[in-house]
Amino acid sequence: MFFPKKVKAQRITVMIGLLLALTSTIALLIKVKSDGVQTLTLGSWAPPFGITMVSDMLSVLLVTSSLIIALFVVWYSFTSIGEDREKAFYYPAIMFMLTGVNGAFTTGDIFNMFVFFEVLLMSSYVLIVLGGEKGQLRESIKYILVNIVSSSLFVITVGYLYSVVGTLNMADISIKLAEIGQAGIITVIAVLFLIVFGIKGAIFPLFFWLPGSYAAPPMPILTLFGALLTKVGVYAIIRTYTLFFTTDIGFTHELLMIISIITIIAGCIGALAYFDVKQIIIYNIVIAVGVILFGASIMNENGMLGSMFYLIHDILIKGALFLLIGIVIKITGTSDLRKMGGLMKRYPTLAWSYLVAAFGLAGIPPLSGFLGKLLIVQGGIEDGHIWQSIFILASSLVVLLSVIRIFIYAFWGEEKVVQEISPKTYRHLLAPTICLVVITVLYGVGSEFVVPFMKDATTVLLDPAVYTDAVFKGVK
Amino acid sequence: MEILMSILIGFLFMAAVYLILSRSLLRIIIGTGLLSHGTHLLLITMGGLNGKAAPVLTDGVTDYVDPIPQALILTAIVISFGVTAFSLVLAYRTYKELGTDNMELMKGTEDND
Repeated sequence: MFFPKKVKAQRITVMIGLLLALTSTIALLIKVKSDGVQTLTLGSWAPPFGITMVSDMLSVLLVTSSLIIALFVVWYSFTSIGEDREKAFYYPAIMFMLTGVNGAFTTGDIFNMFVFFEVLLMSSYVLIVLGGEKGQLRESIKYILVNIVSSSLFVITVGYLYSVVGTLNMADISIKLAEIGQAGIITVIAVLFLIVFGIKGAIFPLFFWLPGSYAAPPMPILTLFGALLTKVGVYAIIRTYTLFFTTDIGFTHELLMIISIITIIAGCIGALAYFDVKQIIIYNIVIAVGVILFGASIMNENGMLGSMFYLIHDILIKGALFLLIGIVIKITGTSDLRKMGGLMKRYPTLAWSYLVAAFGLAGIPPLSGFLGKLLIVQGGIEDGHIWQSIFILASSLVVLLSVIRIFIYAFWGEEKVVQEISPKTYRHLLAPTICLVVITVLYGVGSEFVVPFMKDATTVLLDPAVYTDAVFKGVK
Repeated sequence: MEILMSILIGFLFMAAVYLILSRSLLRIIIGTGLLSHGTHLLLITMGGLNGKAAPVLTDGVTDYVDPIPQALILTAIVISFGVTAFSLVLAYRTYKELGTDNMELMKGTEDND
């Protein structure tokens, strides 16, 4: 930020910053694993008066994976984003966005969450419009308008909630709402929260802005958005629906389940309808959001565990896939599938890593998507949601079909006109991408190692008392 | 007092929705401005408007105004001010670049590029 014209200095600073952040997060992860939920009250105002930052297992895992994604995206953008954008405060905007994302994951205060949402939205406005191409300007106007309206709705909802419970601390809200029980107004607030976070997280009727806005900016920015921004909305839905609105889950969680199934169907239709690689993967985000929310809406142990697994898996795999098709678009110079072909011969490494990532996304064992989906379906069947579980399984087939279609069109067939990119650029783009694919493979193969972490996250989600006790520890 | 505020807030929301649904970009941005004004008034009304004294805690003070909505509204005003400023600048750039401020002509199809 302090040397906008010196690209090299910026690159070094941002890398050092990300590595430091990642190291401290991993330290925090280990701490949370051994000592349970960690809290920090800002300015030493005891809860519920001050703002509390809370790191339970779910939020610390999300922070870790968002930093991993950011690390590889920044590495990738060294060669792909172009110097003009780098000089126009590209890296500071990314760091600000990470502040917002990680803050929203960590905060324990509902109004503070709104503030962090605004931080990440503001920097995402900057990122989406950076470069000022016509398409970018056109789409960012719509993106901003949608988000201004949803932010206003967020403030309104927080206002309602405040007038009902008289507190903003999330742990305190949880306790107070449990005392009040499910009055009508609480259900209204729950549905309003679903709308607000649904716009951010792209659930069924509210994902209309997503395909257009996400396709506009260049590839590294799209990767960050696709991997992280919708997950913030999903996280917020999971957090509010497991912490606040738990006393009577009959209406709200049923609604969430129905919406998540429709989201999956809508995403499937979109993913099959397009011949544009970007759009196909973007609609896969919508499908994944549906699957995660379905797992969360079941509210039993297997469903929630699967949800956690699938959430982290989806952040990693979407990052990897977007970076891969970024390379494909760079090589072919188009994002239209029908104009591609025969990349297999000249770029075998790219083809194989794409195939691995695609299988991972569809959930072919032992790759990373498998266990999450298995657990979600298991949880669904245990709870008697047979049809919905079958939908989840069928959506896997559609996902597989949509990504394999990219593979067949782009990598098989006869060779079509290819833009010459220098082998050096290709190597520089491939290195971070391969690393990310390897991480997703390890995440799938080494799931034995990950399970205890996920179990911890699930415990907190299923029992709000763990969360509230940790926040009020030493006060009461 | 609260009833009066509710009516005012409802009126602001109505005007905001009307403006946001129009075609001209500038009217839409004015609409979002009205929307955030309505939101802020709603936020301050939610804490109750009955307090008489300032929230300074000393002995014997029982009837004081709730300070939290005021802190919230301050934050929300600053944020919405920033966002409005940004969107105005963006609207200007968009108008310059695309040569129109009509949302109908900004549909995301290839021939509009």
